[in-house]
Amino acid sequence: MPPDADPARRRPTFVVRGVTKIYRTGEVEVAALRGIDLELFANELVVLLGPSGSGKSTLLNILGGLDLPTAGEVRFGDLELTKLDDRALTAYRRDHVGFVFQFYNLMPSLTARENVALVTEIARAPLRPEDALDLVGLAERLDHFPAQLSGGEQQRVAIARAIAKRPEVLLCDEPTGALDSKTGVRVLAAIERVSQELGTTTALITHNAPIAAMADRVIRFADGRISEQTANLERRPAEALVW
Amino acid sequence: MRALNRKLLRDLWHIKGQSLAIALIMGCGIGLFVMMLGVIDSLEATRDAYYERYRLADVFAGAKRAPATIGRRLGDLPGVRSVTIRIVKDVTLDVPGLDEPAAGRLISLPEHGPPPLNALVIRAGRSVLPDRPDEVVLAEQFAEANRLQPGDHLAAILNGRKRQLQVVGIALSPEYVYAIAPGSLMPDNRRYGVLWMGQSALEAAFDLEGAFNDVSLALRRDGSEPAVIAAVDRLLAPFGGLGAYSRADQLSNWFLASEIAQLRTMAGIFPVIFLGIAAFLLNMSFARLIALEREQIGLLKAFGYRNGEVAWHYLKMAFLISLLGLAFGLAMGAWLGRWNTGLYAEFYRFPFLYYRPSPAVFIGAIAISLVAAAIGVLGAALQAARLPPAEAMRPPPPPLYRRAQGFAWLGRRLDQPSRMILRHILRWPRRASLTSLGIATAAGLLITSLHWIDAVEALIDGYFFRTTRQDVTVTLEAPRAMAALYGLAGLPGVLAAEPFRSVPAKLKHRQLERREAVQGLVPAPRLNRVLDRTGQPVPIPASGLLLSSTMARLLEVGPGDQVTLAVLEGRRPEREVRVAGLFETDLGTPVYMDLQALNRLMGEGPSISGAYLLTDQARAPALNRTLKNLPLVAGVASRARVLQSFNETIERTLSVMILFYILFGGLLAFGVVYNSARISLSERGRELASLRVLGFTRFEVAYILLGELLLLTLLALPVGCLLGYGLSFAITMTLDNELYRIPMVIHRSTYGVGMAVTLAATLLTSVLVRRRLDRLDLIAVLKTRE
Ligand SMILES: Nc1ncnc2c1ncn2[C@@H]1O[C@H](COP(=O)(O)OP(=O)(O)OP(=O)(O)O)[C@@H](O)[C@H]1O
Ligand SMILES: [Mg+2]
Repeated sequence: MPPDADPARRRPTFVVRGVTKIYRTGEVEVAALRGIDLELFANELVVLLGPSGSGKSTLLNILGGLDLPTAGEVRFGDLELTKLDDRALTAYRRDHVGFVFQFYNLMPSLTARENVALVTEIARAPLRPEDALDLVGLAERLDHFPAQLSGGEQQRVAIARAIAKRPEVLLCDEPTGALDSKTGVRVLAAIERVSQELGTTTALITHNAPIAAMADRVIRFADGRISEQTANLERRPAEALVW
Repeated sequence: MRALNRKLLRDLWHIKGQSLAIALIMGCGIGLFVMMLGVIDSLEATRDAYYERYRLADVFAGAKRAPATIGRRLGDLPGVRSVTIRIVKDVTLDVPGLDEPAAGRLISLPEHGPPPLNALVIRAGRSVLPDRPDEVVLAEQFAEANRLQPGDHLAAILNGRKRQLQVVGIALSPEYVYAIAPGSLMPDNRRYGVLWMGQSALEAAFDLEGAFNDVSLALRRDGSEPAVIAAVDRLLAPFGGLGAYSRADQLSNWFLASEIAQLRTMAGIFPVIFLGIAAFLLNMSFARLIALEREQIGLLKAFGYRNGEVAWHYLKMAFLISLLGLAFGLAMGAWLGRWNTGLYAEFYRFPFLYYRPSPAVFIGAIAISLVAAAIGVLGAALQAARLPPAEAMRPPPPPLYRRAQGFAWLGRRLDQPSRMILRHILRWPRRASLTSLGIATAAGLLITSLHWIDAVEALIDGYFFRTTRQDVTVTLEAPRAMAALYGLAGLPGVLAAEPFRSVPAKLKHRQLERREAVQGLVPAPRLNRVLDRTGQPVPIPASGLLLSSTMARLLEVGPGDQVTLAVLEGRRPEREVRVAGLFETDLGTPVYMDLQALNRLMGEGPSISGAYLLTDQARAPALNRTLKNLPLVAGVASRARVLQSFNETIERTLSVMILFYILFGGLLAFGVVYNSARISLSERGRELASLRVLGFTRFEVAYILLGELLLLTLLALPVGCLLGYGLSFAITMTLDNELYRIPMVIHRSTYGVGMAVTLAATLLTSVLVRRRLDRLDLIAVLKTRE
């Protein structure tokens, strides 16, 4: 059931109101976001689509507490992210957010298990790194270094790392951007599975329109604004996607 | 182990070459620190204990002949705790196995019990017994050098009579920790020794019954040293008092103190250089590391690692490197310290001397290594902590290179690779200049170390070959009429003889006062000459004093000024004398005067204290035999022998030291160059691999990387020469004391060798890095995202 069908019954995880973000580089001003209003809910998977430079990553970074908006308000539950200082934002990320990036961003000097442990060691009630890797189907590759893993496998380690802390929020920025479609499907399936098992609020950026089919809701971006939101009446399982 | 710590260790392993180079350089600094301060600690602690336990006196004075009753009056002076009166005489020794005569200092021991002051440490045998006038105790240094043991015999000329003496004991004295003949540059234990003999035996030999000619005093805690010195001078003046002096001016203690002071200066210079460069290298390496790990840092923060945790991560890494350096440095310091202490124990004789640095030295070493590490990486670590996570995770913009402004004319002539070298230097001018400065410091250090050879050579050349040309200097037991000169000139093998007169005196100007022997020389000396800066002989003025410029500085006088000359011998005249001229010397603070003018001032006929002899080497044995048996001779110094022992000593001490410093300097150059090369390689690996893909040869690619280092080294060399000069100058200045000065001489060849060694270190490092460059994995480099 699409969560926004009955908003009165559920409190949104995120409430975004009038968020703008302006980057200043010397004299040039770039408006990356120009007034975003949005709500995201627990157990919901949204896909963000839009042309390059439309502000998707910027929004995701703000939701993840990596960056602050120039104006506007972002609430995570009762937490006003826009009012937090650096220290509090760090604590927010540490306790609530899991990230997955396009280029995996594993520590090259740590094995798969150790890359996950890097996060579980500072988390409050984490999964065991082995279990997290098992969730993404990598139980056999615990002691391999990133250089010994394929791109898809590295990305699954990154997912294991992101969810090992049992985050309420899972933010994925083009997780399949560097992968072929077959590998991409396995990665998306992993995301789908863990987000359902943990009941996370999941936001996923992609350039592949077909991936939108696996979402509860699709949000389209254009030029720093949300141009369109559509709720999928039926989610297609990741395994059924092709592009 | 925590995953983050594991990352730390693996990252460290990844840059192990650089880490090791930095740790080595830091280790050198720590090692020198621990060695120098440890040796200072050991020397000071041992000295203090030794002086205390064996009661070294506080004030010393000599006289011609004073009645024993004066000794009691000296003891009653306010501030004086105890007094020892003695007979001290310089004599000629005939030592078995030694061709030439040796010089000895005979010191009396009380008939019963140990002396109240300046007690002996008996190391073998026993002390002398009463009523055995031929028994002597030898100083250990002298006994060892001549292989004399209790039971052996040697001869001495006492008051004109040659006597056989029996060695009954071997001893050490706090008064002769450093046993050096007055006026010598270095100890010569074979030809100079201290001997102790019974009081009554010496009294009888020198007709000094009921009298003394030397006194030592210990002061009460509240006693005033200047007051006691003045009172002693007053009491002894009628008895030929030679001027009292404090422990600080006592020869052995003075050498020890100045050695410690020198060590302290060095300890303030060398460790600082090494640690400073280690900090700079850490800074450079970590700035690069953090640039490389930019995204990882962003990621850590995205996961919720705190700023402090990120900064601490990198600090910890630097601390690990510095711990490695510390371990290496402590080991090296302990080893060097023990070796160096052994060397000191050879020249400075203590009953015991162990290398035992106080805990403060180790704590200091730990502290300075951590501080150096912190200084080195704090900036980089804070930068890592400040990186905004969102920004850190996007790749850094490509570095903005500039066209070289004002170098356009040069640019047109350059090929692309050379242009890349120049742009890279101009892109990071601070780093390039610091790297160049680091290399320059290495070159400077090398030049400074090597400069010692030049300085000592100049010292030897100036003193042994140009100033003094006599083969033998004979000192008479007491002033004699001029006829004695003809006696000496007639000895076997003597080709020429030049007389001198030496008179103990005090020179005074306003409130300033110095004790010094005034030397009377012939008007135009040909053997013992006085030279000016350019090496030209300076004639002895017919009247007035010819002062060494060092003495002039101490008295604050110049040519034309009047000084008061208070003679401490004979009728003890006190006159105003004009300073007729100045001259430069590296040795002591000599004062010269025309021989006849000095005789007139003394109110004596033509008389001499000794003579400089030019001799026929072929007849040296005959001359030596005669000199050993001449009753009126108190001392014989042979230039060849002194020079030989001087060279031997230099060989044993200085050359090993210099070797170490060359090693250190080379290591420094290697460390700096290696670090820069590795950093450049990591920064430009992609660029260089791309060039290889485009068809550049290995050599051309190596040229871009190594050419830059070579250029920086070449730029560093002239700066290194300047630094070397400055450092040598600074050290020379700190070694400038009243007894000797190190000439400030650096040969061109020394600059050459210093630069060559630095260049060699650069080339050697280049070969190491070149091997790495050749192994560049083109595909891997191009596939990975920077
Ligand atoms: N740190 C920054 N400084 C300046 N401009 C920035 C910065 N970060 C983002 N921008 C600009 O903000 C705009 C939005 O960027 P954002 O990364 O959010 O786009 P995106 O939708 O994620 O694009 P893509 O699909 O290419 O990843 C772009 O024009 C970008 O150039
Ligand atoms: Mg993006």
